[in-house]
Amino acid sequence: MSEKVLMKGNEAIAEAAIRAGCRHFFGYPITPQTEVAAYMARRMPKVDGLYLQAESEIAAINMVLGASAAGVRAMTSSSSPGIALKSEGLSYLAGCDLPALVVNVQRGGPGLGGIQPSQSDYFQATRGAGHGDFHLLVLAPNSIQEMVDLTYLAFELADRYRVTAMLLADGILGQMMEPVSLPDPAAADLPPKDWAVTGTGGKRLHNIVNSLYLKPEDLEATNLARYEKYAVIQRREARHEAFLLDDADIVVAAYGASARIAKNAILAARAEGIRAGLLRPVTLWPFPKAAFAQAAKTARAFVTVEMSMGQMIEDVELSVRCAKPVTLCSRVGGMVPAPEQILESIRQAAGGAK
Amino acid sequence: MVPFPRRLIILAGHYGSGKTNLAVQLALTLRETHDRVAVADLDIVNPYYRTKDAAARLQSAGIRLIASPFAGSNLDAPAMTSETGQIFDDPGLAAVADVGGDDRGALALGRYAAKIAALGADAQMWFVFNQRRPLSATPEDALAILREVEAAGHVPFTGLINNTNLGPDTAPDTVLSSLPVIAELSRLSGLPIIMTSVRRDLCPALTGQIDDLFPLDILQKAEWRL
Repeated sequence: MSEKVLMKGNEAIAEAAIRAGCRHFFGYPITPQTEVAAYMARRMPKVDGLYLQAESEIAAINMVLGASAAGVRAMTSSSSPGIALKSEGLSYLAGCDLPALVVNVQRGGPGLGGIQPSQSDYFQATRGAGHGDFHLLVLAPNSIQEMVDLTYLAFELADRYRVTAMLLADGILGQMMEPVSLPDPAAADLPPKDWAVTGTGGKRLHNIVNSLYLKPEDLEATNLARYEKYAVIQRREARHEAFLLDDADIVVAAYGASARIAKNAILAARAEGIRAGLLRPVTLWPFPKAAFAQAAKTARAFVTVEMSMGQMIEDVELSVRCAKPVTLCSRVGGMVPAPEQILESIRQAAGGAK
Repeated sequence: MVPFPRRLIILAGHYGSGKTNLAVQLALTLRETHDRVAVADLDIVNPYYRTKDAAARLQSAGIRLIASPFAGSNLDAPAMTSETGQIFDDPGLAAVADVGGDDRGALALGRYAAKIAALGADAQMWFVFNQRRPLSATPEDALAILREVEAAGHVPFTGLINNTNLGPDTAPDTVLSSLPVIAELSRLSGLPIIMTSVRRDLCPALTGQIDDLFPLDILQKAEWRL
């Protein structure tokens, strides 16, 4: 499908996953991500793949664990409350060092919240996906094309590092439609899955995929080794987009749909003579700390735009070591910030209305 | 000219084919010749992009919007309002019914199948087709969806609308390259092509190459400005 097609974000994730070789999808419907599952239900049987609607989100994530342990590319998708239910499984996936893709198309919370778009699962994705010391590799698309490109990348990085990757989208990106092209994923030189539980054929010792360690010394060593791997990921895989950043006095930090709206406000600020720019994290973990530290050398102030009460702002403050003021511009509960609101925050950061 | 039925146009088809935008445009066109026009949102599937997003535009044109009070809200309830029945029962009303996508969306239609049958030729149900939607890109796949919608809604289609587009990337060629595909869908289904709906600014380039062009103004969620 090199010819462009018109897709919803949710559909684009599903088609990209299939093109990336995923033939095992386990899910449970929840708005606003249901089209991922609906698309998989229609397409998987045509490519000899498996679409399975589990009895719950918890069952689905544990099916992903089982499939991944058997060495295949596996995924699940859900929206905020459903991801919370999966948190035990996410921790077990980390404890087993298993690659997988988990999609979160965020909606408003906490609790049952609502079905309108939100970005209030940033902490959940980057800090609190489950118990124990671990990280998910978190990718944040901001267009339907990036839904495709980052789905490819997520599977590749998950297999390369044996980590679970999360695609953190929001309801806007899941539901909106844009033209998109679906090239074949670039061939990657990935390590063999010689750890997978695929049967020994009587020729080798059996593999064990497990997160239980009877000796605390062994568990400590495993954790230390895992964090050495995380350090490598932090060095190599942090990604960001810069927009009008080089001469920016006011740096707007935003990801996902918020970043698209922020671009309108940045252009409007420039028209008023305020040098504003955008620093958009594409990976939320690892967070592009170096890019923020660099921007802090010349910027006067930072404004984070989030559909949350202020979550990513903590990573921005940590990255700039509080060297420059960081303020928050936000809407929550399923409401979406307007360019005018962001422009006003940029004006305030620049020293108030001229 | 679009051969409008006297009472009711029902738009159904694959989700994301452009039914809602088309429903609003058809209602605006109907309003030019009818005093009392309504758009009824029968979508029980789609959470975000709803007929209700065009409420202000419809209201300023004097068109009544019949929609669930929960549409566009935080309540994920597959509900319709009891007022929906008026588009079938009120002989003085010209209406467009915007049905939810695929067979799941068309389930809502079954409730009114007998009333629709009783309207005879005064009610027409048109299959909205976008050749650039990957699950309905071939005549065979589109026909499968068409038949699933009919089976779920218990109402047979009477025509096809070619609404092929790529959103902002739509070019005259996008539409032209879809013509053989919808011609084949027409042959397979036995249904006539009612019209080809095209973004208004592209119409001049296609005039003379396509019969029955229907110019579309594109609805946007203005406040998001993506």
